[in-house]
Amino acid sequence: MLRVWQALVLVAVIALWHIGTSPTLLPPLYFDNADKAAFFFGEPLTVLSRIWNWFAGGEIYRHLWVTLVETLLAFVMGTVSGLLIGIWLALAPTASAISDPYIKALNAMPRLILAPIFFVWFGLGIASKVAIGVSLVFFIVFFNVYQGVREVSPVVLANARMLGATHRQLLRYVYLPSAMSWVFASLHNSVGLAFVGAVVGEYLGSSEGVGYLIHQAEGVFDINSVFAGIVVLTGFALVLDWCVTLAEKRLMIWQPRQGETERI
Amino acid sequence: MTAALALERVTCTFISRENRDQRYTAVRDATLVVAPGEFVSVVGPTGCGKTTLLNVAAGLLAPSAGSVRVHGELLEGINARAGYLFQSEALMPWRSAFDNIVAGLEFRGVPADVASAKGNDWLKRVGLAGFGNRFPHQLSGGMRKRVSLAQTLILDPKILLMDEPFSALDVQTRQLMENELLELWSADRKSVVFITHDLEEAISLSDRVVVLSAGPETHPIGEYAIDLPRPRDVSEIRLSPRFIEIHAEIWHAMKDEVLKGYAQQQQ
Repeated sequence: MLRVWQALVLVAVIALWHIGTSPTLLPPLYFDNADKAAFFFGEPLTVLSRIWNWFAGGEIYRHLWVTLVETLLAFVMGTVSGLLIGIWLALAPTASAISDPYIKALNAMPRLILAPIFFVWFGLGIASKVAIGVSLVFFIVFFNVYQGVREVSPVVLANARMLGATHRQLLRYVYLPSAMSWVFASLHNSVGLAFVGAVVGEYLGSSEGVGYLIHQAEGVFDINSVFAGIVVLTGFALVLDWCVTLAEKRLMIWQPRQGETERI
Repeated sequence: MTAALALERVTCTFISRENRDQRYTAVRDATLVVAPGEFVSVVGPTGCGKTTLLNVAAGLLAPSAGSVRVHGELLEGINARAGYLFQSEALMPWRSAFDNIVAGLEFRGVPADVASAKGNDWLKRVGLAGFGNRFPHQLSGGMRKRVSLAQTLILDPKILLMDEPFSALDVQTRQLMENELLELWSADRKSVVFITHDLEEAISLSDRVVVLSAGPETHPIGEYAIDLPRPRDVSEIRLSPRFIEIHAEIWHAMKDEVLKGYAQQQQ
């Protein structure tokens, strides 16, 4: 039943959109020209056919692939570097105290503004988009891991030491799993930001990727293609998010979940 | 015979991190000797530094003054011959019951097949056969304590340090666990230091009860040999006349300290 209502909302929004922008269905209420609404807001049917043509013609796959590669690279590199540096700083109080103000400053900085620098350093190819994504993902993972390592239960730690764990074993069997649970808590966020980094990077300067597609369409005032790009990106993001949920379910079975009782 | 565990004139002073002039002496000049195979309970009012004393014995905490000897050797670092049963949850939540039980063997580099055989054996001995792949949050409080017990005993420590291990359990589960502990202990008499605030528990389990003064500057103020016959059933022995006699005697000595400790907590 819920699904039906959810579908109805979608249908209603599209129907409203269609009626509002179609030049023949309504008299021009706000715009002096009947075609202006369509110019600014696009038309849902044209948007759909645009998407269809992209997929049917095969033109979109190359762009999606590039965006996917950028997102995954940024995600993996950002997560791994955040994990390593997070664990290191959490366990090295002196290094952590020295770097504290700089990390805070870097985190406070709107990091998308680094894009021009990355373009100069890494060129207009994949590398600069990955760099933007990494700069976004790193801090999320870093702060979570830092917190996770510092909040390892002292009793669990003492217990592992009493059971004979060496320093390395503590790192591997206590700190790392504990930090991983925090990494997973931030996984949805970090995949999302890796994606943002990739698309914004493409939008700012590239020759392929879905962000580039949108930028091209915007350049010729093809609002329908812009909307089509947005819809494709949203679908893509949903698929990524779903993959994360799957991975989470697989790897985090040890975490307690709120119990639910069945009503008989 | 050398003592299994000897705390000699141990003093523990904590310094406040914010203000280095602020000091708190939790334990002062405490001496505690445990013979091989002896079951010693340490009782005292809440907040008197019982856990501090146990952490010193475990090597988790270095004393400010005094020394710890384990079978005659001076203790430095972690006490590798001791097993420690903590008061609060100490299991690794990301490991299943079985993986928790064999963790110590894994840390020591015991081959996987040997470890797994031992692990399954201990899973059975603590009555958790079939629960090996459950995670701690899927087990009840009593079951988690059993996993902790197996996790510690699988390493066959010569000394067992227990910090109010059953205080979070309900009365029935607790008595079951106490009986199980006595049974496991009588199989191969380890030296046990059992911390508790429950005098009845202390008397029914131990060979000797040590009473601590109220904190700060805790130290033992009395020792009582418990001459109740073994094997004991903890729920039955509480009704025997000798038990009540001993209880009255120790309680008489403890009462003032408990009141002192209570008064301090009110401040």
